[in-house]
Amino acid sequence: MQNYSVFSLARNALSNHQNWRQAWRSPPLKKHYDVLIIGAGGHGLATAYYLAKNHGIQNVAVLEKGWLGGGNIARNTVTIRSNYMRDESIPFYVKSLELYEKLSQELNYNLMYSKRGMIDVVQTYPKLRELKRRMLAMHLHGSTYEPIGVSELRRRISPLTGGDLESRLPIIGGMVHTDAAVCRHDAVAWGYARGADDRGVEIHQNTGVQKLLRGSDGSITGVVTDRGKITANKVALSVSGHTTTVAETIGLRLPLRTFNLTAFVSEPLKPLIDVIVNCPDLGVYLSQSDKGELVIGGAPDSGQSFRRDIKQNVFEESVRSMLELFPSFKRVKLLRQWGGALDIAHDATPIISKTDIPGLFVSAGWWGGFKAIPAGGLTLAHLIANNEQHPLSEPFSLKRFDHLDFVLEPATTAH
Amino acid sequence: MTSQLRRLASGGDIDRSKIIRYEFNGTRYQGYEGDTLASALIANGVSLTARSFKYHRPRGIMGAGSEEPASFVELLDDDASSSQPITTVLLREGLRAKSVSGWPSLKYDLLSINQLITRCIPAGFYYKTFKWPNWHFFEPSIRRIAGLANAPKQAPTKGQYESRNWFCDVLIIGAGPAGLTSALTAARSGARTILVDDGTNPGGGLLNRTDKVNDKNTSDWITSITDELDSLSNVLRLQESIAWAYREQNLVVVTERQPAAELLLQRTWRIRARQVILACGAIERTLVFANNDRPGVMLASAVQAYVNRYAVLPGKRAVIFTNNDSAYPVAVDMIAAGIEIASIIDSRTGPSNAMRELAGDIEILTNHIVASTLGRQRVRAVVVQSNETGNPRSIPCDLLCVSGGWNPTIHLFSQSRSTLRYNDDLAAFIPHEAVQACECVGAAAGEFELGQILADGIKVGARAASDCGFKRVETSVPSTASSAPYSIEPLWQVNSSETSANAFVDIQNDVTLNDVHLAIREGFGAIEHVKRYTTGGMGIDQGKTGGINIVGAVANRSNVALRDIGTTTYRSPFAPIEFGAIAGGRENSALLPYRHTPMTQWNKDFGATMYESGARWRRPGYYAKNGETFQETVNREALATRTNLAVYDGSPLGKFDICGPDATKLIDILYTNLFSNLKVGTGRYGMMLTEDGRILDDGVTVKLGENHYLMSTSTANAEVVHRHIQHFLQIERPKWNVWITPITTQWSNATVCGPNAREFLSRVESDIDFSADEFPFMAMREGTIEGIEARVFRVSFTGELSFEINVQSRFALKLWERLFELGEPLGLTPIGSEANHVLRVEKGFLSLGHEVDGTADPYDLGMSWIMSKKKVDYIGKRAVEIRRSVESPRRELVGLLTDDPSRLVTEGAPLTPSGRLEASEGFVTASVWSVASSRSVALALLTNGRSRIGQTAHIRLKGEIVPATITQPCFYDADSLRMKN
Ligand SMILES: Cc1cc2nc3c(=O)[nH]c(=O)nc-3n(C[C@H](O)[C@H](O)[C@H](O)COP(=O)(O)OP(=O)(O)OC[C@H]3O[C@@H](n4cnc5c(N)ncnc54)[C@H](O)[C@@H]3O)c2cc1C
Repeated sequence: MQNYSVFSLARNALSNHQNWRQAWRSPPLKKHYDVLIIGAGGHGLATAYYLAKNHGIQNVAVLEKGWLGGGNIARNTVTIRSNYMRDESIPFYVKSLELYEKLSQELNYNLMYSKRGMIDVVQTYPKLRELKRRMLAMHLHGSTYEPIGVSELRRRISPLTGGDLESRLPIIGGMVHTDAAVCRHDAVAWGYARGADDRGVEIHQNTGVQKLLRGSDGSITGVVTDRGKITANKVALSVSGHTTTVAETIGLRLPLRTFNLTAFVSEPLKPLIDVIVNCPDLGVYLSQSDKGELVIGGAPDSGQSFRRDIKQNVFEESVRSMLELFPSFKRVKLLRQWGGALDIAHDATPIISKTDIPGLFVSAGWWGGFKAIPAGGLTLAHLIANNEQHPLSEPFSLKRFDHLDFVLEPATTAH
Repeated sequence: MTSQLRRLASGGDIDRSKIIRYEFNGTRYQGYEGDTLASALIANGVSLTARSFKYHRPRGIMGAGSEEPASFVELLDDDASSSQPITTVLLREGLRAKSVSGWPSLKYDLLSINQLITRCIPAGFYYKTFKWPNWHFFEPSIRRIAGLANAPKQAPTKGQYESRNWFCDVLIIGAGPAGLTSALTAARSGARTILVDDGTNPGGGLLNRTDKVNDKNTSDWITSITDELDSLSNVLRLQESIAWAYREQNLVVVTERQPAAELLLQRTWRIRARQVILACGAIERTLVFANNDRPGVMLASAVQAYVNRYAVLPGKRAVIFTNNDSAYPVAVDMIAAGIEIASIIDSRTGPSNAMRELAGDIEILTNHIVASTLGRQRVRAVVVQSNETGNPRSIPCDLLCVSGGWNPTIHLFSQSRSTLRYNDDLAAFIPHEAVQACECVGAAAGEFELGQILADGIKVGARAASDCGFKRVETSVPSTASSAPYSIEPLWQVNSSETSANAFVDIQNDVTLNDVHLAIREGFGAIEHVKRYTTGGMGIDQGKTGGINIVGAVANRSNVALRDIGTTTYRSPFAPIEFGAIAGGRENSALLPYRHTPMTQWNKDFGATMYESGARWRRPGYYAKNGETFQETVNREALATRTNLAVYDGSPLGKFDICGPDATKLIDILYTNLFSNLKVGTGRYGMMLTEDGRILDDGVTVKLGENHYLMSTSTANAEVVHRHIQHFLQIERPKWNVWITPITTQWSNATVCGPNAREFLSRVESDIDFSADEFPFMAMREGTIEGIEARVFRVSFTGELSFEINVQSRFALKLWERLFELGEPLGLTPIGSEANHVLRVEKGFLSLGHEVDGTADPYDLGMSWIMSKKKVDYIGKRAVEIRRSVESPRRELVGLLTDDPSRLVTEGAPLTPSGRLEASEGFVTASVWSVASSRSVALALLTNGRSRIGQTAHIRLKGEIVPATITQPCFYDADSLRMKN
């Protein structure tokens, strides 16, 4: 792999950057692979990377219907946190953050990982009670969460001038999650893609999977794509938001529903807020990107749909919620708004699992799954390679639905 | 103060009698009414108006409208805003603006040093470096130099925003020639018509031109149309209004910048139209050559707007660089305004004869290109090169007009999910298939010939109206001088020996041709990858003038046709919109209207601390008396209930009136326990599960009559339960005949409780017999209390003798006040939700969100009795059976008594084996100071808890392990004699 550093940058400047190599190849499509991964989003690419790196499985192809990293990974608000509530979830996310923190070095790719912390702005007592419960649960697993007072909270988030005692929902306190971070979403896809490619994985863009194929013994045999049939011993489905539609092609029904949510950015502003601000009672959160844009996310649209956009009224509610706490943003302008479609299991917990079809694996239900990409890839690769769960993803097996032993993670949100 | 040396003595749409004083970057200038900040600065000869984002290169004004890619300002004082294109700021008296970049000044920008290291910081350079020690280490210094304007420090001090919903038959976006004729035609047919236009005045592209329509000056013709439109009652015209989002089902969102209402800042319209006509024109694009960003380089159409509309001269001696015909008429207008034209550089082998004729004796260099511009902070000369010989030659000038052709404004069309296609003749993407009821017309549809545009406008307007069922009314096509058809030969980039390091494809984000090439070289060749890797097209202007040049550059480099590359996705908003305008007027309590009971004011007067308690209800938490602490207050209130007499405002409790022939069946299938044997006039506590066997809600349902019930739900869950029932009825049992009426707010209640409750109520004037025999536990009685009709339920959530007096809400306060008059001498104490919480924990009653957090089922809570064995089915039955079909350890409800009785642990605290830092085996669901036991008590869910009663559990806090004895989950009156007696 061509090394990236300030020195290689300077050296290449001399040759006018003519000698940079492709970050990934575009090899010809083969007829057969050991493992096929459907979907070149964060989870698919990370899985391919860890398959090659940790398990030496290199005859792997990632099939992507569009351009790599163009799904939800390109649309999310990049909040990375581990403030979950259940014992089943917290260790998984703690691991993911741990991997993330070293990932720029490991991938030799600057993901712009910025561990700037998150502050929850709390406006109701039931929410405060829930967050304190999370605080103590997180402590068991080494994640950090601390209460802070209202004046400290306002000091750290200076434009937060709304929510005074007279207002509809006065701010009553806050919580600080120091482990929280943001990073550049595209870079995560590109970094993993480059790392996987370097280890022999093939990434095929514009290769949509139309149908899954199974053999006479019922096990998976391959897929039909826009570019023809490809056979494989194992197939992993990581098509976030579209899982049910692809699984249906082989008669597999999964306990998932797809919803849409939105994100939007303001025009670039001079530095204003240097933490992630989350307002759980109003359902809005924001952070400021390095370019200066406020990156804002709101509550999902409650209607099921694959449309990848939300209704105007849902969007407006998010804007209003933000202005409740940040009235000075009234004059700030919206620059871009977009949406994504995500699937969610009804216990609000991801699925990393074998399926009833031998050889077919699935990683789905990623609601707020950007933060989970490193651990999701690590554990899915483990499962594919060993045919058995990684301890961290054990609770995410489809088995839990056999007896309806739900995890029910209340800390699962869009971000 | 400089006077306006670059202003023409006559002409233009400005009012020379109204002088306006303004300030830009600390210097004071004058302009006229009708000016934009841009035209007023040009009038004063200011050409350096910005510094670029990354390399801090000098920049000037390049456009004349919202497409402006280079110059952005921040307004000061009460106008405080974030970044605005300099071209869209209307001049007003006292305006103060400053450019968003350039420190300490535009002229001497320290960061222009970045220009020297341009080579080292190509697109995506930061992905390759700043990895050690970590990005966060570099971040603060990088962030400081990023960003454009400062955010305003406060919300506007005067005025407000508002929004409206509106409906119409035909909505037309754009009041240029196409939009005006469409609107007129649609309006004449009687269709409810809305015409939206972004400009200060209607007219669109016509405003900048000197053509004649129907033998009138354009401005007179425009006025004749708008006058007629304004005279029709079925027409609404929104000027200075931008349509910025096109959503599902023909919903177009429009924001009006200057609504004619005092103290109204902006107004947003959500317009649902039966037919939409997009007549939003076209945007001229720049050309890509070295130093194409120097101040003095301007879009030809912008120059035309400045000379014709604002009567200002952006330069004295100009060169025009074009690949299409549209720049030729501009040259004519420029000459008329007194600008000398040194040369027209046309990249094509030859313009049409018509154009040559237009140009008269101006020198035309065909098959030539501009390779570069010279100058420092302003164009001094351009380097021109022949495509054949490659010989360069320099032409002195102070203005370079560029025209790279025209892009139909397809943003909204694309937002509507309609498809685009590439048109070779126009070298542009044009509308293809509409997926909503919408049609493009005029330049937006790729038609650039005025006569044809006027005719098409009429056709499309008529079609839209007739699609809405209106009869066509003849409208004749206005006459206009015929013009030669538009022709263009694409020139996506100039091929010259000059370095492409300074050839910008995205001026605002400082993206060069080199950056695009680097992206392709590194594998980021998909158009969305190019955009993201280089950030090209992601600025405030959203690449309106340069975006397609990126597509062209990729096509050139990778040898793919533009049609196969496509565009990046167009997203809303079309142009930046203030968040305040999006939110409209709804804020604070209008945003999340809170609900309150008739007793709210009384509660407040009585010193209640009120707060949100779910479902948007504000309730009294506790009523502190002088000097009391929180805990003292709660203790006093709880004790009063246990020992004497208390009342609480239970009005927010969810209530549903359920009746109809199938009501009993419904109740029976909703609850886990049997209700069909319930007698009229009595109630029963029930539990509801979801289809997948989780506890949904609990509460008492009373049978009011045959097939007539009153169901109560927990406060926070009323809406959820309602949805659950409706879903069940509409999807699962559509034939059942049941009516559900939510009556939560119709009925309010005062719940009188405590050992002396009966004694007290017997003193109240009532026809109800409150005696134990006549009014047993779980019974309901109707009658009057103090002359008010009431339904009284004998239910209890406190564990004490308790009567819930329900009256119609409008009488509730009267009842409440009367009870106090009578009860005060007896020590009647109002209690809040905090004391209620203590009382229910002492009794081990469930509370949603505490014990019921989704994972526990009724067995876990020790309520196996509530799962009917008699009923064939109820919602959730099968799910619970499936779950229980395997033996696995469950978390069960228990009580906890900390070894130290004064120790009150945090609710939610985990229980872990021996208090170790590892996965929990349960958690504290509630923890209170018990007035009945004079010690702390807690409830918990604990793995195999019931079999561990008597043993010790360990509560794990951050720095401490708190041991506690496991007990039954009830600390008071285990046999419930007090409430049943
Ligand atoms: C608005 C928004 C905000 C969010 N904010 C956050 C946040 O702050 N923090 C957080 O942790 N998470 C967040 N998320 C969630 C996060 O983006 C997703 O959970 C995560 O990206 C999903 O995993 P992925 O990257 O693998 O998915 P994707 O990037 O969606 O990858 C799936 C890929 O599969 C491809 N595909 C689909 N069907 C086929 C097929 N038939 N054949 C081939 N390929 C196919 C798609 O094109 C896509 O590239 C947010 C999501 C949205 C929409």
